Amino acid sequence: MGYAEVMARKSEILLRATGLDYRSFSRGPLAFDYDAMMERVGYPLEEIRRIQSTAGVGRTPLLEMRRLTEAVRRISPEGKGARILVKDEACNPSGSFKDRRASVSAFHAGKNGYKGIIAATSGNYGAAVASQAAMYGLRCIIVQEVFDSSGRGQPEILEKGRKCEALGAEVIQTTVGPELFYVLLSLLEETGFFNASLYTPFSVTGIETLGVEIAEQVREVAGRDPDLVAVTHAGGGNITGTARGLRRAGCTSTEVLAVSVDLSGLHMASDRDFNRKSFTTGHTGFSMPFTSWPDRVDVPRNAARPLRYIDRFVTVTQGEVFFATEALAQAEGLERGPAGNTSLAAALALAREMDRDRIIVVSETEYTGAGKHPTAQLAFAEQAGVIVESGDPRDNAPGRRIVIPADLRRMSVSEVDLDRLRESYVRRAAQEAPGGLGDEEVEFLAAETRVPAERVRQWLSARSHS
Amino acid sequence: MSMGARAGDWVRIRVTILPAGERAPGIPADTASHPYQGWIDGWAAHEAAIGERVTLRTLAGRTVEGTLADVNPGYAHSFGRPHPALLAVGPSLKKLLED
Repeated sequence: MGYAEVMARKSEILLRATGLDYRSFSRGPLAFDYDAMMERVGYPLEEIRRIQSTAGVGRTPLLEMRRLTEAVRRISPEGKGARILVKDEACNPSGSFKDRRASVSAFHAGKNGYKGIIAATSGNYGAAVASQAAMYGLRCIIVQEVFDSSGRGQPEILEKGRKCEALGAEVIQTTVGPELFYVLLSLLEETGFFNASLYTPFSVTGIETLGVEIAEQVREVAGRDPDLVAVTHAGGGNITGTARGLRRAGCTSTEVLAVSVDLSGLHMASDRDFNRKSFTTGHTGFSMPFTSWPDRVDVPRNAARPLRYIDRFVTVTQGEVFFATEALAQAEGLERGPAGNTSLAAALALAREMDRDRIIVVSETEYTGAGKHPTAQLAFAEQAGVIVESGDPRDNAPGRRIVIPADLRRMSVSEVDLDRLRESYVRRAAQEAPGGLGDEEVEFLAAETRVPAERVRQWLSARSHS
Repeated sequence: MSMGARAGDWVRIRVTILPAGERAPGIPADTASHPYQGWIDGWAAHEAAIGERVTLRTLAGRTVEGTLADVNPGYAHSFGRPHPALLAVGPSLKKLLED
Protein backbone atom coordinates (compact mmCIF):
# COMPACT_ATOMS: atom_id res chain seq x y z
CA MET A 1 0.00 0.00 0.00
CA GLY A 2 1.31 3.45 -0.92
CA TYR A 3 2.90 5.86 1.51
CA ALA A 4 0.41 8.72 1.10
CA GLU A 5 -2.59 6.39 1.31
CA VAL A 6 -1.53 4.96 4.69
CA MET A 7 -0.45 8.33 6.09
CA ALA A 8 -3.86 9.77 5.21
CA ARG A 9 -5.46 7.25 7.59
CA LYS A 10 -3.03 8.10 10.39
CA SER A 11 -5.61 9.51 12.83
CA GLU A 12 -8.05 6.62 12.63
CA ILE A 13 -5.29 4.01 12.81
CA LEU A 14 -3.73 5.63 15.88
CA LEU A 15 -7.07 6.09 17.58
CA ARG A 16 -7.83 2.39 17.32
CA ALA A 17 -4.29 1.38 18.24
CA THR A 18 -4.26 3.18 21.59
CA GLY A 19 -7.96 3.60 22.32
CA LEU A 20 -7.13 7.17 23.31
CA ASP A 21 -9.27 9.97 21.94
CA TYR A 22 -7.10 13.05 22.33
CA ARG A 23 -9.82 15.38 21.07
CA SER A 24 -11.43 15.64 24.49
CA PHE A 25 -8.28 17.40 25.80
CA SER A 26 -8.12 19.92 22.98
CA ARG A 27 -8.64 23.59 23.93
CA GLY A 28 -7.95 25.26 20.58
CA PRO A 29 -5.84 24.90 17.44
CA LEU A 30 -2.75 24.25 19.61
CA ALA A 31 -3.73 24.40 23.24
CA PHE A 32 -4.70 21.25 25.08
CA ASP A 33 -5.16 20.36 28.72
CA TYR A 34 -1.87 18.58 29.36
CA ASP A 35 -2.45 18.03 33.07
CA ALA A 36 -5.89 16.54 32.48
CA MET A 37 -4.47 14.23 29.81
CA MET A 38 -1.75 12.96 32.15
CA GLU A 39 -4.18 12.66 35.04
CA ARG A 40 -7.05 10.97 33.26
CA VAL A 41 -5.21 8.71 30.81
CA GLY A 42 -2.23 7.63 32.87
CA TYR A 43 -2.58 5.40 35.90
CA PRO A 44 -2.22 6.75 39.45
CA LEU A 45 1.31 6.50 40.84
CA GLU A 46 0.46 3.78 43.36
CA GLU A 47 -1.14 1.68 40.63
CA ILE A 48 1.96 2.10 38.44
CA ARG A 49 4.19 1.05 41.32
CA ARG A 50 2.07 -2.06 41.77
CA ILE A 51 2.13 -2.85 38.02
CA GLN A 52 5.90 -2.41 37.89
CA SER A 53 6.57 -4.33 41.07
CA THR A 54 4.56 -7.28 39.74
CA ALA A 55 6.62 -7.21 36.53
CA GLY A 56 9.97 -6.96 38.33
CA VAL A 57 10.47 -3.41 37.10
CA GLY A 58 11.96 -0.60 39.16
CA ARG A 59 13.25 -0.45 42.73
CA THR A 60 16.74 -0.45 41.27
CA PRO A 61 19.75 0.30 43.48
CA LEU A 62 21.10 3.81 43.94
CA LEU A 63 24.86 3.39 43.95
CA GLU A 64 27.37 5.74 45.50
CA MET A 65 30.24 6.52 43.11
CA ARG A 66 32.87 6.67 45.87
CA ARG A 67 35.97 6.39 43.69
CA LEU A 68 34.71 8.67 40.94
CA THR A 69 33.65 11.28 43.51
CA GLU A 70 37.10 11.04 45.11
CA ALA A 71 38.80 11.34 41.71
CA VAL A 72 36.76 14.48 40.94
CA ARG A 73 37.63 15.98 44.35
CA ARG A 74 41.34 15.48 43.68
CA ILE A 75 41.17 17.78 40.67
CA SER A 76 38.65 20.27 42.12
CA PRO A 77 39.24 23.54 43.97
CA GLU A 78 39.21 23.32 47.79
CA GLY A 79 35.76 22.46 49.11
CA LYS A 80 34.42 21.45 45.70
CA GLY A 81 33.53 18.04 44.28
CA ALA A 82 29.87 17.04 44.71
CA ARG A 83 28.89 13.55 45.73
CA ILE A 84 27.86 11.47 42.67
CA LEU A 85 25.18 8.79 42.92
CA VAL A 86 23.99 6.59 40.06
CA LYS A 87 20.62 4.91 39.70
CA ASP A 88 21.47 1.48 38.31
CA GLU A 89 18.59 1.10 35.89
CA ALA A 90 20.45 -1.67 34.06
CA CYS A 91 19.02 -3.90 36.82
CA ASN A 92 15.57 -3.76 35.21
CA PRO A 93 14.40 -6.97 33.46
CA SER A 94 15.50 -5.97 29.95
CA GLY A 95 18.42 -3.83 31.10
CA SER A 96 17.25 -0.22 31.03
CA PHE A 97 14.77 2.28 32.48
CA LYS A 98 12.69 1.69 29.36
CA ASP A 99 11.03 -1.22 31.18
CA ARG A 100 9.24 1.42 33.25
CA ARG A 101 7.72 2.85 30.08
CA ALA A 102 6.87 -0.48 28.50
CA SER A 103 5.35 -1.96 31.67
CA VAL A 104 2.37 0.38 31.78
CA SER A 105 1.69 0.06 28.03
CA ALA A 106 1.82 -3.74 28.17
CA PHE A 107 -0.42 -3.82 31.23
CA HIS A 108 -2.92 -1.50 29.56
CA ALA A 109 -2.85 -3.44 26.27
CA GLY A 110 -3.44 -6.73 28.07
CA LYS A 111 -6.25 -5.30 30.18
CA ASN A 112 -8.00 -3.92 27.11
CA GLY A 113 -7.92 -7.15 25.15
CA TYR A 114 -5.26 -6.35 22.57
CA LYS A 115 -3.57 -9.51 21.27
CA GLY A 116 -0.20 -7.88 20.80
CA ILE A 117 1.86 -4.72 20.98
CA ILE A 118 4.04 -2.92 18.47
CA ALA A 119 6.73 -0.30 18.87
CA ALA A 120 8.83 1.51 16.28
CA THR A 121 12.14 2.05 18.04
CA SER A 122 15.83 1.44 17.46
CA GLY A 123 16.54 1.85 21.15
CA ASN A 124 16.42 -0.11 24.40
CA TYR A 125 12.68 0.46 24.36
CA GLY A 126 12.30 -2.39 21.85
CA ALA A 127 13.76 -4.92 24.28
CA ALA A 128 11.63 -3.45 27.06
CA VAL A 129 8.43 -3.87 25.05
CA ALA A 130 9.47 -7.38 23.98
CA SER A 131 10.22 -8.33 27.58
CA GLN A 132 6.97 -6.96 28.97
CA ALA A 133 5.00 -8.54 26.10
CA ALA A 134 6.53 -11.90 26.99
CA MET A 135 5.46 -11.45 30.63
CA TYR A 136 1.86 -10.63 29.67
CA GLY A 137 1.61 -13.28 26.94
CA LEU A 138 1.19 -10.66 24.22
CA ARG A 139 2.56 -10.94 20.71
CA CYS A 140 5.13 -8.34 19.88
CA ILE A 141 6.56 -6.63 16.82
CA ILE A 142 9.48 -4.19 16.96
CA VAL A 143 10.42 -2.05 13.94
CA GLN A 144 13.99 -0.76 13.89
CA GLU A 145 16.04 1.49 11.62
CA VAL A 146 19.30 -0.48 11.32
CA PHE A 147 21.05 -0.49 7.95
CA ASP A 148 22.45 2.05 5.52
CA SER A 149 21.87 1.44 1.81
CA SER A 150 25.05 -0.66 1.56
CA GLY A 151 23.64 -3.04 4.18
CA ARG A 152 25.97 -1.99 7.01
CA GLY A 153 24.14 -2.27 10.31
CA GLN A 154 24.74 -0.04 13.32
CA PRO A 155 26.26 -2.49 15.87
CA GLU A 156 24.29 -1.13 18.81
CA ILE A 157 20.99 -1.52 16.97
CA LEU A 158 21.95 -5.00 15.73
CA GLU A 159 22.40 -5.96 19.37
CA LYS A 160 19.05 -4.50 20.31
CA GLY A 161 17.48 -6.46 17.45
CA ARG A 162 19.07 -9.67 18.70
CA LYS A 163 17.74 -9.00 22.17
CA CYS A 164 14.20 -8.35 20.95
CA GLU A 165 14.26 -11.62 19.03
CA ALA A 166 15.69 -13.44 22.06
CA LEU A 167 12.69 -12.16 24.03
CA GLY A 168 10.30 -13.57 21.42
CA ALA A 169 9.48 -10.50 19.34
CA GLU A 170 9.24 -10.31 15.58
CA VAL A 171 11.79 -7.74 14.47
CA ILE A 172 11.56 -5.78 11.25
CA GLN A 173 14.89 -4.16 10.46
CA THR A 174 14.84 -1.40 7.88
CA THR A 175 17.20 0.85 5.98
CA VAL A 176 17.56 4.53 6.93
CA GLY A 177 14.45 6.69 6.70
CA PRO A 178 11.59 8.31 8.58
CA GLU A 179 9.24 5.82 6.91
CA LEU A 180 9.57 3.74 10.07
CA PHE A 181 6.35 5.50 11.02
CA TYR A 182 4.68 4.31 7.81
CA VAL A 183 5.70 0.73 8.64
CA LEU A 184 4.30 1.15 12.14
CA LEU A 185 0.94 2.41 10.82
CA SER A 186 0.74 -0.41 8.26
CA LEU A 187 1.43 -3.02 10.94
CA LEU A 188 -1.05 -1.52 13.40
CA GLU A 189 -3.70 -1.60 10.71
CA GLU A 190 -2.86 -5.15 9.64
CA THR A 191 -2.69 -6.69 13.11
CA GLY A 192 -4.98 -4.58 15.33
CA PHE A 193 -2.22 -4.64 17.96
CA PHE A 194 -1.68 -1.91 20.56
CA ASN A 195 0.66 0.97 19.68
CA ALA A 196 3.19 0.95 22.54
CA SER A 197 4.30 4.43 21.61
CA LEU A 198 7.04 6.06 23.65
CA TYR A 199 4.94 9.18 23.82
CA THR A 200 1.59 8.18 25.37
CA PRO A 201 0.74 9.13 28.96
CA PHE A 202 1.22 5.41 29.80
CA SER A 203 4.83 5.52 28.72
CA VAL A 204 5.69 8.84 30.34
CA THR A 205 3.88 8.30 33.65
CA GLY A 206 5.67 4.95 33.81
CA ILE A 207 8.93 6.89 34.34
CA GLU A 208 7.54 8.95 37.22
CA THR A 209 8.45 6.09 39.55
CA LEU A 210 12.11 6.67 38.64
CA GLY A 211 11.96 10.25 39.91
CA VAL A 212 10.09 9.19 43.04
CA GLU A 213 12.59 6.42 43.81
CA ILE A 214 15.52 8.80 43.33
CA ALA A 215 13.98 11.20 45.86
CA GLU A 216 13.25 8.43 48.36
CA GLN A 217 16.65 6.77 48.05
CA VAL A 218 18.65 10.00 48.28
CA ARG A 219 16.69 10.97 51.39
CA GLU A 220 17.49 7.57 52.83
CA VAL A 221 21.25 7.75 52.27
CA ALA A 222 21.78 11.50 52.71
CA GLY A 223 18.79 12.74 54.70
CA ARG A 224 18.04 15.39 52.11
CA ASP A 225 16.95 15.99 48.53
CA PRO A 226 19.28 15.73 45.53
CA ASP A 227 20.63 19.09 44.32
CA LEU A 228 20.97 18.07 40.70
CA VAL A 229 19.49 15.16 38.76
CA ALA A 230 21.22 14.56 35.44
CA VAL A 231 19.01 12.91 32.82
CA THR A 232 20.10 11.67 29.39
CA HIS A 233 17.83 13.51 26.96
CA ALA A 234 16.61 12.39 23.53
CA GLY A 235 12.88 12.22 22.77
CA GLY A 236 11.95 13.94 26.02
CA GLY A 237 10.16 11.13 27.89
CA ASN A 238 13.02 10.45 30.27
CA ILE A 239 13.35 14.04 31.42
CA THR A 240 9.59 14.62 31.56
CA GLY A 241 8.80 11.47 33.54
CA THR A 242 11.76 11.76 35.91
CA ALA A 243 11.07 15.43 36.64
CA ARG A 244 7.37 14.74 37.21
CA GLY A 245 8.34 12.02 39.67
CA LEU A 246 10.72 14.34 41.51
CA ARG A 247 7.98 16.98 41.76
CA ARG A 248 5.51 14.39 42.98
CA ALA A 249 7.97 13.42 45.69
CA GLY A 250 8.24 17.08 46.73
CA CYS A 251 11.76 17.82 45.46
CA THR A 252 11.09 21.52 44.93
CA SER A 253 14.69 22.72 44.95
CA THR A 254 16.22 19.94 42.81
CA GLU A 255 17.65 21.15 39.50
CA VAL A 256 16.69 18.96 36.55
CA LEU A 257 19.54 18.77 34.06
CA ALA A 258 19.05 17.49 30.50
CA VAL A 259 22.18 16.04 28.89
CA SER A 260 22.62 15.06 25.24
CA VAL A 261 25.53 13.84 23.17
CA ASP A 262 26.48 16.50 20.65
CA LEU A 263 25.89 15.19 17.12
CA SER A 264 25.42 18.59 15.52
CA GLY A 265 25.97 18.61 11.77
CA LEU A 266 24.82 15.02 11.20
CA HIS A 267 21.44 14.68 9.50
CA MET A 268 19.25 12.05 11.13
CA ALA A 269 17.51 10.96 7.93
CA SER A 270 20.70 10.87 5.87
CA ASP A 271 21.86 7.51 4.55
CA ARG A 272 25.46 8.77 4.48
CA ASP A 273 25.44 10.22 8.02
CA PHE A 274 23.61 7.27 9.59
CA ASN A 275 26.68 5.15 10.29
CA ARG A 276 28.95 8.08 11.05
CA LYS A 277 27.46 8.50 14.49
CA SER A 278 28.56 6.37 17.41
CA PHE A 279 25.43 6.98 19.48
CA THR A 280 21.98 5.88 18.46
CA THR A 281 20.15 7.65 21.27
CA GLY A 282 20.62 10.32 23.92
CA HIS A 283 21.88 12.70 21.26
CA THR A 284 21.06 16.14 19.90
CA GLY A 285 19.65 14.68 16.66
CA PHE A 286 16.61 13.76 18.75
CA SER A 287 16.75 16.17 21.67
CA MET A 288 16.90 19.43 19.72
CA PRO A 289 13.91 18.78 17.44
CA PHE A 290 11.88 17.09 20.19
CA THR A 291 12.52 19.88 22.70
CA SER A 292 11.63 22.66 20.29
CA TRP A 293 8.60 20.81 18.87
CA PRO A 294 7.44 17.74 20.84
CA ASP A 295 4.42 16.88 18.70
CA ARG A 296 6.42 15.20 15.92
CA VAL A 297 5.46 11.73 17.14
CA ASP A 298 3.32 8.67 16.57
CA VAL A 299 0.45 9.91 18.75
CA PRO A 300 -1.64 13.10 18.32
CA ARG A 301 -0.20 14.81 21.40
CA ASN A 302 3.14 13.97 22.96
CA ALA A 303 3.00 13.29 26.71
CA ALA A 304 6.73 14.11 26.86
CA ARG A 305 7.07 17.92 26.95
CA PRO A 306 10.68 18.67 27.85
CA LEU A 307 10.52 22.48 28.05
CA ARG A 308 8.00 22.17 30.89
CA TYR A 309 10.59 20.36 32.99
CA ILE A 310 14.16 21.16 31.96
CA ASP A 311 15.94 23.60 34.29
CA ARG A 312 19.28 23.44 32.50
CA PHE A 313 20.42 21.72 29.27
CA VAL A 314 24.00 20.80 28.38
CA THR A 315 25.74 18.72 25.74
CA VAL A 316 28.81 16.49 25.97
CA THR A 317 30.89 14.93 23.21
CA GLN A 318 30.88 11.28 22.11
CA GLY A 319 34.46 10.89 23.39
CA GLU A 320 33.48 12.22 26.81
CA VAL A 321 30.69 9.65 27.12
CA PHE A 322 33.12 6.88 26.16
CA PHE A 323 35.48 8.21 28.85
CA ALA A 324 32.66 8.13 31.42
CA THR A 325 31.75 4.58 30.36
CA GLU A 326 35.31 3.40 30.77
CA ALA A 327 35.63 5.28 34.08
CA LEU A 328 32.49 3.61 35.43
CA ALA A 329 33.91 0.20 34.51
CA GLN A 330 37.48 0.73 35.68
CA ALA A 331 37.00 2.86 38.80
CA GLU A 332 33.60 1.59 39.99
CA GLY A 333 33.51 -1.95 38.60
CA LEU A 334 30.29 -1.38 36.66
CA GLU A 335 30.30 -2.23 32.96
CA ARG A 336 27.30 -0.31 31.64
CA GLY A 337 26.17 1.80 28.74
CA PRO A 338 27.41 3.56 26.69
CA ALA A 339 24.45 5.82 25.77
CA GLY A 340 23.01 5.76 29.28
CA ASN A 341 26.27 7.22 30.56
CA THR A 342 25.69 10.51 28.75
CA SER A 343 24.44 12.08 31.97
CA LEU A 344 27.34 10.53 33.92
CA ALA A 345 29.78 12.35 31.62
CA ALA A 346 28.09 15.65 32.50
CA ALA A 347 28.05 14.76 36.20
CA LEU A 348 31.83 14.16 36.20
CA ALA A 349 32.36 17.64 34.75
CA LEU A 350 29.77 19.51 36.83
CA ALA A 351 30.69 17.91 40.19
CA ARG A 352 33.95 19.89 40.07
CA GLU A 353 32.07 23.18 40.24
CA MET A 354 29.70 22.16 43.03
CA ASP A 355 30.35 22.15 46.80
CA ARG A 356 31.30 18.87 48.44
CA ASP A 357 28.07 18.64 50.39
CA ARG A 358 25.97 18.82 47.20
CA ILE A 359 24.47 15.70 45.65
CA ILE A 360 24.29 14.86 41.94
CA VAL A 361 22.21 11.90 40.84
CA VAL A 362 22.75 10.30 37.46
CA SER A 363 19.28 9.00 36.66
CA GLU A 364 20.12 5.81 34.81
CA THR A 365 22.50 3.19 33.53
CA GLU A 366 21.73 0.67 30.76
CA TYR A 367 22.95 -2.84 29.99
CA THR A 368 25.96 -3.38 27.79
CA GLY A 369 26.91 -6.17 25.41
CA ALA A 370 28.35 -7.01 22.02
CA GLY A 371 27.73 -4.09 19.65
CA LYS A 372 26.49 -1.96 22.50
CA HIS A 373 29.88 -1.13 23.91
CA PRO A 374 32.54 1.58 23.39
CA THR A 375 35.01 -0.88 21.82
CA ALA A 376 32.39 -2.00 19.29
CA GLN A 377 31.39 1.57 18.46
CA LEU A 378 34.98 2.80 18.10
CA ALA A 379 35.95 -0.09 15.81
CA PHE A 380 32.86 0.64 13.73
CA ALA A 381 33.62 4.37 13.63
CA GLU A 382 37.14 3.73 12.40
CA GLN A 383 35.80 1.45 9.65
CA ALA A 384 33.65 4.39 8.51
CA GLY A 385 36.75 6.61 8.36
CA VAL A 386 36.14 8.48 11.61
CA ILE A 387 39.37 9.38 13.44
CA VAL A 388 39.53 8.12 17.02
CA GLU A 389 42.21 9.58 19.29
CA SER A 390 43.11 10.58 22.80
CA GLY A 391 43.31 14.29 23.56
CA ASP A 392 41.24 17.41 24.09
CA PRO A 393 37.49 16.83 23.56
CA ARG A 394 37.16 20.35 22.15
CA ASP A 395 38.69 18.88 18.97
CA ASN A 396 35.73 16.51 18.67
CA ALA A 397 33.85 16.78 15.33
CA PRO A 398 30.69 14.63 14.99
CA GLY A 399 31.03 12.14 12.14
CA ARG A 400 34.70 12.98 11.55
CA ARG A 401 36.67 12.83 14.80
CA ILE A 402 36.08 11.27 18.21
CA VAL A 403 38.43 12.57 20.88
CA ILE A 404 38.55 10.63 24.14
CA PRO A 405 39.71 12.89 26.97
CA ALA A 406 43.26 12.08 28.04
CA ASP A 407 42.23 12.55 31.68
CA LEU A 408 39.39 13.60 33.96
CA ARG A 409 40.42 17.29 33.91
CA ARG A 410 39.40 17.52 30.25
CA MET A 411 35.76 16.65 30.90
CA SER A 412 33.40 19.57 30.37
CA VAL A 413 29.89 20.47 29.24
CA SER A 414 28.53 22.96 26.72
CA GLU A 415 25.48 24.97 27.74
CA VAL A 416 22.43 24.91 25.48
CA ASP A 417 20.53 28.21 25.36
CA LEU A 418 17.03 27.21 26.53
CA ASP A 419 15.58 30.56 25.45
CA ARG A 420 16.54 29.82 21.87
CA LEU A 421 14.68 26.52 22.02
CA ARG A 422 11.69 28.21 23.66
CA GLU A 423 11.58 30.86 20.97
CA SER A 424 11.91 28.21 18.29
CA TYR A 425 8.97 26.34 19.84
CA VAL A 426 6.81 29.49 19.87
CA ARG A 427 7.68 30.34 16.26
CA ARG A 428 6.81 26.85 15.11
CA ALA A 429 3.54 27.06 17.03
CA ALA A 430 2.69 30.27 15.20
CA GLN A 431 3.27 28.49 11.88
CA GLU A 432 0.88 25.73 12.94
CA ALA A 433 -1.87 28.27 13.63
CA PRO A 434 -1.85 30.63 10.65
CA GLY A 435 -5.12 32.17 11.81
CA GLY A 436 -3.33 33.73 14.76
CA LEU A 437 -3.14 32.85 18.44
CA GLY A 438 -5.69 33.96 21.01
CA ASP A 439 -5.11 34.55 24.73
CA GLU A 440 -5.70 30.92 25.63
CA GLU A 441 -3.13 29.79 23.07
CA VAL A 442 -0.60 32.30 24.38
CA GLU A 443 -1.19 31.13 27.96
CA PHE A 444 -0.70 27.54 26.79
CA LEU A 445 2.60 28.40 25.09
CA ALA A 446 3.72 30.22 28.24
CA ALA A 447 3.03 27.09 30.30
CA GLU A 448 4.76 24.94 27.70
CA THR A 449 7.92 27.03 27.71
CA ARG A 450 7.81 28.21 31.35
CA VAL A 451 8.02 31.91 30.52
CA PRO A 452 5.57 34.76 31.21
CA ALA A 453 2.84 35.21 28.57
CA GLU A 454 4.35 38.60 27.80
CA ARG A 455 7.54 36.91 26.65
CA VAL A 456 5.58 34.66 24.30
CA ARG A 457 3.87 37.75 22.84
CA GLN A 458 7.25 39.41 22.28
CA TRP A 459 8.53 36.37 20.39
CA LEU A 460 5.36 36.25 18.32
CA SER A 461 5.51 39.92 17.43
CA ALA A 462 9.23 39.77 16.63
CA ARG A 463 8.29 37.06 14.19
CA SER A 464 5.50 39.02 12.52
CA HIS A 465 7.81 42.02 12.09
CA SER A 466 10.76 40.07 10.78
CA MET B 1 22.03 -26.67 2.79
CA SER B 2 23.76 -23.42 1.98
CA MET B 3 22.04 -22.29 -1.21
CA GLY B 4 18.45 -22.48 -0.09
CA ALA B 5 15.83 -23.21 2.50
CA ARG B 6 13.55 -26.13 3.19
CA ALA B 7 10.08 -25.75 4.64
CA GLY B 8 10.40 -25.08 8.36
CA ASP B 9 13.89 -23.58 8.21
CA TRP B 10 14.56 -20.35 10.12
CA VAL B 11 15.27 -17.80 7.41
CA ARG B 12 15.56 -14.10 6.65
CA ILE B 13 13.71 -12.33 3.87
CA ARG B 14 14.24 -8.95 2.29
CA VAL B 15 11.23 -6.86 1.37
CA THR B 16 11.14 -3.62 -0.57
CA ILE B 17 8.78 -1.55 1.54
CA LEU B 18 8.85 1.55 -0.68
CA PRO B 19 10.71 1.79 -4.01
CA ALA B 20 12.97 4.80 -4.58
CA GLY B 21 10.72 7.53 -5.95
CA GLU B 22 7.78 6.52 -3.74
CA ARG B 23 9.38 7.39 -0.43
CA ALA B 24 8.38 10.03 2.14
CA PRO B 25 8.57 13.59 0.84
CA GLY B 26 11.35 15.83 2.10
CA ILE B 27 14.00 13.22 2.92
CA PRO B 28 17.64 13.94 1.99
CA ALA B 29 18.65 13.06 -1.58
CA ASP B 30 21.24 10.48 -0.45
CA THR B 31 18.42 8.58 1.28
CA ALA B 32 15.67 9.16 -1.30
CA SER B 33 17.77 7.67 -4.10
CA HIS B 34 17.61 4.22 -2.48
CA PRO B 35 14.60 1.96 -1.99
CA TYR B 36 13.29 1.65 1.57
CA GLN B 37 13.98 -1.97 2.49
CA GLY B 38 13.31 -4.25 5.41
CA TRP B 39 14.51 -7.62 6.68
CA ILE B 40 12.30 -10.04 8.60
CA ASP B 41 13.11 -13.45 10.13
CA GLY B 42 10.78 -16.42 10.39
CA TRP B 43 10.10 -20.03 9.45
CA ALA B 44 9.97 -20.72 5.73
CA ALA B 45 6.61 -22.08 4.55
CA HIS B 46 8.16 -23.88 1.60
CA GLU B 47 11.40 -24.67 -0.18
CA ALA B 48 13.19 -21.76 -1.89
CA ALA B 49 16.64 -20.82 -3.14
CA ILE B 50 18.46 -17.65 -2.08
CA GLY B 51 17.05 -14.81 -4.17
CA GLU B 52 13.73 -16.56 -4.79
CA ARG B 53 10.37 -15.49 -3.42
CA VAL B 54 9.45 -17.20 -0.18
CA THR B 55 6.70 -16.97 2.41
CA LEU B 56 7.48 -17.17 6.08
CA ARG B 57 5.75 -17.15 9.45
CA THR B 58 7.15 -14.67 11.97
CA LEU B 59 7.58 -14.88 15.73
CA ALA B 60 4.46 -12.71 16.06
CA GLY B 61 2.52 -15.18 13.90
CA ARG B 62 2.28 -13.04 10.77
CA THR B 63 2.67 -14.49 7.28
CA VAL B 64 4.98 -12.37 5.11
CA GLU B 65 6.38 -12.81 1.61
CA GLY B 66 9.74 -11.56 0.42
CA THR B 67 13.03 -12.50 -1.21
CA LEU B 68 15.02 -15.20 0.58
CA ALA B 69 18.16 -13.45 1.86
CA ASP B 70 19.65 -15.90 4.36
CA VAL B 71 19.10 -19.31 5.91
CA ASN B 72 19.60 -19.63 9.67
CA PRO B 73 20.86 -16.03 9.89
CA GLY B 74 23.38 -15.37 12.65
CA TYR B 75 24.36 -12.47 14.85
CA ALA B 76 27.71 -11.10 13.71
CA HIS B 77 28.00 -7.95 15.83
CA SER B 78 30.87 -8.08 18.27
CA PHE B 79 32.76 -6.20 20.97
CA GLY B 80 35.24 -4.84 18.44
CA ARG B 81 38.79 -4.36 19.68
CA PRO B 82 40.16 -2.49 22.67
CA HIS B 83 41.19 0.99 21.53
CA PRO B 84 44.42 2.60 22.81
CA ALA B 85 42.63 5.90 23.50
CA LEU B 86 40.09 4.06 25.64
CA LEU B 87 42.64 1.82 27.36
CA ALA B 88 44.36 4.96 28.69
CA VAL B 89 41.32 6.02 30.74
CA GLY B 90 41.53 3.40 33.52
CA PRO B 91 45.21 3.92 34.35
CA SER B 92 44.80 7.73 34.32
CA LEU B 93 42.05 7.46 36.93
CA LYS B 94 43.94 4.94 39.04
CA LYS B 95 46.98 7.18 39.03
CA LEU B 96 44.86 10.11 40.12
CA LEU B 97 43.38 8.08 42.98
CA GLU B 98 46.72 6.61 44.11
CA ASP B 99 48.85 9.80 44.03
